[in-house]
Amino acid sequence: MDLNLDAPHSMGTTIIGVTYNGGVVLGADSRTSTGMYVANRASDKITQLTDNVYVCRSGSAADSQVVSDYVRYFLHQHTIQLGQPATVKVSANLIRMLAYNNKNMLQTGLIVGGWDKYEGGKIYGIPLGGTVVEQPFAIEGSGSSYLYGFFDLAWKENMTKEEAEQLVVKAVSLAIARDGASGGVVRTVIINSEGVTRNFYPGDKLQLWHEELEPQNSLLDILNAAGPEPMAM
Amino acid sequence: MSGVGDGGDEAEALGVEVVFFLAVVGAEAVGGEVGADAVGFGDPAAAGEGVGELLLPLALGAPAGVGGSAAKTAVMANTATARDRSDGVILGADTRATEGPIAADKNCEKIHYMAPNIYCCGAGTAADTEAVTGMSFLTSVCVASLPDWRDSRVITALTLLKKHLFSYQGHVSAALVLGGVDITGPHLHTIYPHGSTDTLPFATMGSGSLAAMSVFEAKYKEGLTRDEGIKLVAEAICSGIFNDLGSGSNVDICVITKGNKEYLRNYMEPNPRTYVSSKGYSFTKKTEVLRTKITPLMERVEITEVGEAMEE
Repeated sequence: MDLNLDAPHSMGTTIIGVTYNGGVVLGADSRTSTGMYVANRASDKITQLTDNVYVCRSGSAADSQVVSDYVRYFLHQHTIQLGQPATVKVSANLIRMLAYNNKNMLQTGLIVGGWDKYEGGKIYGIPLGGTVVEQPFAIEGSGSSYLYGFFDLAWKENMTKEEAEQLVVKAVSLAIARDGASGGVVRTVIINSEGVTRNFYPGDKLQLWHEELEPQNSLLDILNAAGPEPMAM
Repeated sequence: MSGVGDGGDEAEALGVEVVFFLAVVGAEAVGGEVGADAVGFGDPAAAGEGVGELLLPLALGAPAGVGGSAAKTAVMANTATARDRSDGVILGADTRATEGPIAADKNCEKIHYMAPNIYCCGAGTAADTEAVTGMSFLTSVCVASLPDWRDSRVITALTLLKKHLFSYQGHVSAALVLGGVDITGPHLHTIYPHGSTDTLPFATMGSGSLAAMSVFEAKYKEGLTRDEGIKLVAEAICSGIFNDLGSGSNVDICVITKGNKEYLRNYMEPNPRTYVSSKGYSFTKKTEVLRTKITPLMERVEITEVGEAMEE
C-alpha cells in the first residue's frame, strides 16, 4: 500500500460544537493525516480566536491555520477598537468572509463557538463554500458522517454542562471508532460566562463500542486468549 | 551568542532531567519531497540540503522531465530529528542528498542556522530548503530582533516560514523542523510545504520519518537527560539511515539550550569508506612538456621609495 507522504497535510477529523444551558462545548479528535500516515496524533484542533471565542478546524491543516490566524488578528484589532470583547457572531462573520471570498482556494470546514453577554452561548457552522449557519449544535469533518443519526437521537435542548460534555465526548469517540481519518485523543473546550475550561480524554480511556477490543500490549495476548472476549459495554 | 553552556551544565550538575523533544525531519527519497506530506510534487527530484554549486545549475536549468518529474535536482531524502528538552532542543539529521537514484552529496548539511538560538532542519528540495532558511529569512529573523536588542523568538521564524510557504501553495517543496530556545523557553515546530505547522514534543519528517518515528514512539519518555536525548536522536536517525533508501551517510546533531548551542557536525559516522587502496592513485602515463613560453600580459613595474613618507 502506498503511503503517499506527498499528500497535503489534512485533518480528517471529527469536530463538534454543542450549545447547552449557559454556554457551549466544543469537541474534536486529534489526528492529522498525510495520506495514510498519521503526521500528528495529538494535534489541537480547537484554536483560540479571542478569550471567549474558539474555532474548531477541519479540512486542510494549512488553510484552516491561516484562516484562524487572520481572524484572530482581525478580532484583536476589533476588540481594541470596540473596547469590549468581540461577539461570537462577529467572529463567525469574519471567518465566513474569508471562507466565502476565497472559496476557490480554501478547503476547510470550521465551527465557531463561544459565549458573549448579548446572546449567550452560540455555535456557528461554516462548511466548505463559506455558508454560515447558526445552529444549536454543529458537526463537521469526515467523522461527522457517522454522527448525524446519533445527534438526531441524542440531542436535547437545555442540557446541563456535564450532559453536554458527555454527549460531545461520546460522539467524538463514536466517530473515532468508525472513521479512519479520526483518532487519537478527545479534546473538549467548555466556554461560558465564567470562562474557558479545556479537557482532555486519552484514547484508551474512552468507552468501547461494538466489537472494539480492550487495549492490549501484545498481539500474542489476543491470539492466545481462550475464546472471544466478552463484549465490553 | 556566545554561551559556554552554563544552562546545560547547571542542569546536569543538579541531576535535573531535561525532557527531550524529538523532531525527526526526513526528506522523501525518490519521489522526493519532504516526507511528511504535501509536497504535492510527486516528482523524484527533491534537492538535498547542502547541495553544492554542482547541483544548483541542475536545479535551475532542469526542464520538465519526460518521466513526469519536474526539475530534477538532488533529492533530499533525509531523516532529520529534533527533540525538545525541557530546557533545550536537540535536532538531528542525516547527510545524504540524492538526485533520483544517485547520492549527489554524501555529506551535506541539513541543519540550517536561522538565528543564534534557532536552527532549522530541512527536508525536501534542497534549493527550496536552502532558500527558505537562507538569507532572506536569516536576515528577517535575526534583524527583526536587532532594533530591540533581544533574541529572536522561535515563533517569529515559524510565522515567517509559514507565511512564505503558504503563499506558494505547496510548490516550495520544503518540509522543516524548526527548533530553538528563546526567552519563553524551548520550542519545537514542524512546518509542512503547504504551510501548516504542528508543535510537538518530538517529531520526524522526511522519507525516513516512519523509521525514525518508530524509534521515538518506542523509546521516547519525558525527563530524558542531554546525553540520553542525543543518543535517542542518533538512534532514530540511524534507523532512517539504514532502513530508508533516501537517507544515509552520517548523523548530524545540534543541541540548543538557553544561552548555548552545540553543532555536532558528523556526530556519528556509521558508514565509513571501507576499502581504500593503500597505494593511492598513480597515473601511468606522464604528460610530456614540449615547449615553455611565458608572455607577460602587463609590464612589471618596480617602485622605488623616494622622498619622505606621507604624514597622517
